This record gives sequence, structure tokens and C-alpha cells, in this order.
Amino acid sequence: MAATPTPIAYNIRRQRLQVRLLVWPAAIWLILFFILPLIIVFLYSFLTSSALYQAAAPFTLENYQRLFGPTYTTIMLRSVGTAIVATLLCVIVGYPMAFFIATRPKATRNLFLLLVIVPFWTNFLVRTYSIAFLLGDTGLINTILVDYLHILSEPIHMMYTSFSVYVGLIYGYLPFMVLPIYTAIERFNFRLVEAAHDLGANDLRAFVRVMLPVTFPGVLAGCILVFIPALGAYITPDLLGGAKFLMVGNQIAGAVLGTSTDKPFGSALSIGMMVIVVVALLVYYRFGDRGAGIV
Amino acid sequence: MAQVALPPRPLPTLGLDPARLRGDMAIRRTGKVLLSITPWVGYLFLWIPIIVLVVFSFNQSRTNAVWQGFTLDWYKLLLSGQFGTERRLSTEFLLLALKNSLIVAFCATIISTMLGTMIAIGMERYKFRGRRLIDLLLYLPVVIPEVTMGLSLVLFFSLGFRTINNLTGTNLALSLVTIIIGHVVFCMPFVAIVVRSRLSGMSTSLEEAARDLGADEWHTFTRVTLPLLMPAILAGAMLALTLSLDDFVVTQLVAGVGSTTLPVFVYSMIKFGVNPSINAVSTIVVFISMSLVLFSLVLQRNRG
Repeated sequence: MAATPTPIAYNIRRQRLQVRLLVWPAAIWLILFFILPLIIVFLYSFLTSSALYQAAAPFTLENYQRLFGPTYTTIMLRSVGTAIVATLLCVIVGYPMAFFIATRPKATRNLFLLLVIVPFWTNFLVRTYSIAFLLGDTGLINTILVDYLHILSEPIHMMYTSFSVYVGLIYGYLPFMVLPIYTAIERFNFRLVEAAHDLGANDLRAFVRVMLPVTFPGVLAGCILVFIPALGAYITPDLLGGAKFLMVGNQIAGAVLGTSTDKPFGSALSIGMMVIVVVALLVYYRFGDRGAGIV
Repeated sequence: MAQVALPPRPLPTLGLDPARLRGDMAIRRTGKVLLSITPWVGYLFLWIPIIVLVVFSFNQSRTNAVWQGFTLDWYKLLLSGQFGTERRLSTEFLLLALKNSLIVAFCATIISTMLGTMIAIGMERYKFRGRRLIDLLLYLPVVIPEVTMGLSLVLFFSLGFRTINNLTGTNLALSLVTIIIGHVVFCMPFVAIVVRSRLSGMSTSLEEAARDLGADEWHTFTRVTLPLLMPAILAGAMLALTLSLDDFVVTQLVAGVGSTTLPVFVYSMIKFGVNPSINAVSTIVVFISMSLVLFSLVLQRNRG
């Protein structure tokens, strides 16, 4: 102790050392294994595909030209459209569910919350397969309709259509929507609705003008949490959409796993998707409440 | 505004005309009906597919959806050696995948819990330059689509390994280690979020009291801060464990030859398998996931 002449300077230096020891290992991990790989994706997207090294110079904009060509514009737009529709459907089902949970008495509220959380943490791949098991031509729904109830003579083709993809996406991501809206409604002061009624608003008006705006940050948080994974969905279109309903996620994964790999083009697709994700995030940070619970 | 003339006033109808009142009541009834039906539809939607999957894993029928009686055959088949046309659909590979999953999840959980807790403490308890930037760095992996993360990691590793192999003559390749590294990237931020939320709600008075009573920094940390943080650290660890055990997308992209994890194995069963043992494997996976979630919830309730 006597060897340190100025305790304050000593303390400052000590604090700096502590910050470095606490923050840097994780930060370095993320820079090395997250940021650097993303930079590589960006660089790869300007390279040409080559059989030997997977990617090579010269620098080219060809990948982006292909991205904006007819085939991939269709897939890109389809992915964005599908993600938006799935997100809106999740809002329509998720808001009443969140409302329902938040207005339960304290004793049963946790049980109903648990009933949303448990499927949420159940393996995504298996859950997606369970949808295929229900919707397939020999799946449960068709079996009931054809073999048990004899309503139909032929099974309805539900698998490998946009329908099955939507069902899969909503099924996969609905809890992402319910949980943040629930947090927002739980904090909502229902006296505001009473006040709106006193001022002559009916239920619809009180909801649209009072409750929805106040709980909107939660809705927006839910939308972000559904939209981003739905946009990048890979398992769902792969297992439920088949070759007819491809999304960007399939194309990107195919660029690595497929028989004819094209990593530079996969990278360009990734960058294209990231641009949309960033736009969505900017909208969120502009209008949303960051506190309304991710996790 | 309109109320200028005082007498005579009718009995209070609250100034509403009956037609509007009827309309409002209709809205209320519709709202009530919708609000009482939709949540239950939602719950049925969330649970029926899982329940059906589990129930039909005990079904005798080979064609899946017609119930023909209870059986454990599909579970037995999983242990019988071979249950698919492909060579890899065998008990040996299933157990190997399970072992790999456990190794990966264990390592990824330990690393991400340690790194995540450390950075959480650093971010909440200290002020320093670049804090906002690190904040961004920490939350970005949470919102990046998984395929992008998988693609970026596989490009990074193949490029890095090729460079190193060319320079040093070693033979580095994708393996379980690369899977673990990838899992830590997306697990660690979740641990950090959980621990930080606990830290930000925790008063520093107990730590200050410990310092006043003569404890040095290390003792204050190990005897006061760490025990107080323990529930959050455990919750974060359980979250990391679940995320790692469940991950398929990143794993499939960065997995090398022979490093199949359980979800990747289940995927190849779904893609190439033909019999209801897929349901049996899925049921086992569902069981693992659900016990982990329930365990972590019990843990949180007892500690928190």
C-alpha cells in the first residue's frame, strides 16, 4: 500500500484494468466470431464463384445484379411479404391471447403464461415437423376428414403450399408476439379505459384510441421479434414449403449446403436480407420501446 | 356546449340515443365473444400439434395418422440398430449425435455463462469509453437471422482454416469446436441480458456495506455480489443450454463431417426417414426441451 503514492490514480488504473478483464473477453469473442465473419460475408458478396477456392477475385457487382434480376426479386419479395403477413396474423392471434393472460387473476396468470412459454422453448425443428404431421396428405387432419368422418373422398393438399408455410411460421413465432404484448398490457392502467368510457367512447373506440396506442411499443417489439426470424426462416419453408415455396433462407443455406454451392451469391443474398433487417430495426428504434422485453 | 336550456330534463339516458347504445352494446358483445374464443384457439393451436406428435409416437400404424393401438415398437426400433434406408439412420449414429449435442451444449453453456456474466457486470457497474458500441455489439447477435450467422461463420472458418493450413501445414477443419464457438456467439448475449436485468434492479447498498465492514473487492464480489446474482446466472445458463441444445440452423451450416448433433440427426430423419420412429425421436426431443424449461422455471421460482 505504501508503494502507491496517489491512491486515486491507483484506483482509476485499477478500475480500467477491471473493465478490461470483464468486458474484453466477451467483446473480443463477438468481434472475432461475429463481426469479422459478417465483414467476410460483405467482401465475399463482391467476389466471383470459383470451383477451387469457392470464391475468387475479380471484384464484381454481378451477384447484386443477379439479386435484382427477376428470379431473386420474386423470392426476396415473397420472403418479405410472407414475413409481413405472418407477423400481422401473429398480432391478430397474439394480442387477444396476451390480453387474456394479463387479465387473469394472479393465481392462474402464471399457468397461462407457462402454457405459452413451454412450446416456445420446445425444439423448433420438432415443432415444425409436428405441423407437417398434421397437414400432410396422410396426416391427422386429412385422416379425420377422409377416413373417420367421410366428409371428403380425397385428401386436401395442404403441405408444400403457402398455407402450410404460414401455419408453420405463425406456429413457430406466435410466442414471440404474445410475450412482449403481455408485458405491455400487464403494465397498462385499465382506469384509462374507464376514463375513455366516461368520456363517451365505446369499447372499440376506447381500444383503438387509448389501449392500443399505450400498449403499442409491446406490439412493435413483438413484430420485430417475429418479422426478423420469419424473414430469415429456413427450417419452415424447407420442411413445409418444399421446392414451390422457396424463401431467402433456403437460398442462403443452399449456397453453402447444396450440390452447386455459390458462396459469393449466398453472401449477396445475406447482405440483401440484412439491409431489410436493418430497416426494420431502424423503424423499431424510432417508434418502439426498447425496454419491452426481448427474451 | 349544447346544454343551455336547463328545464325540463328527461330521465338520464346519459345523453345517448338508443340506436347508438344498441350499437355500442353490439360492439361489446362481439368483442367479448372474440376475446373469449381467440385465446383458446391460440392455445389449442400451440399445443395440439405437439400432443398429437407425442400420442402418435405410440401408435401401431405405419401410415402414421390412423390409430391402431398402443405400442412401444418405434422406441424399440430406435435401439434396434437400423431404422432407415440410409446408413446414418442407426442407433450408433443417434447415440453419437446425442453425445455430441451434450458436449456442445455443455461447453457452450459454460463459456457463454462465464463471458456473459463478466460482460454484464462490466457493462452495469462501470462507466467507460465505447460502452454504447459494446452495447450494440452485444445485442446484434440476438436480432441477426440465424442463416446469416451460419453463413458468415462457415465462410470465416473455411477462409481462416485454409489460410492457417497453407501457412503452417496443419489440418484444421470444421468440427465440434466450430459448433461450440458459433453457439457461444448467440447464447452469450442472452446470458448477458438476463444477468444485466438482475444487476440493474439490484441496489449496491449490500456491496457498500460489505466494503464498510472491511471486505476487499474480491471478497465483496465472491461473498455478496455473486450470491445475489446467482439466480440470474443460473437462469441465463439454462437459457443458453436450451438454445444450444435446440439449435439446428447454425449447427448444420458449421458442422464438419461426423459432427452431427441431435437436431441435425432429427432433421435427416425427417428428410430421409420413412417410419414413425421420427415421432419417437421427436417425442424424446420434446421431453428433453420441456424438462429443461420446467426445471429452469422451478429454479427461478425457488431462488428469485
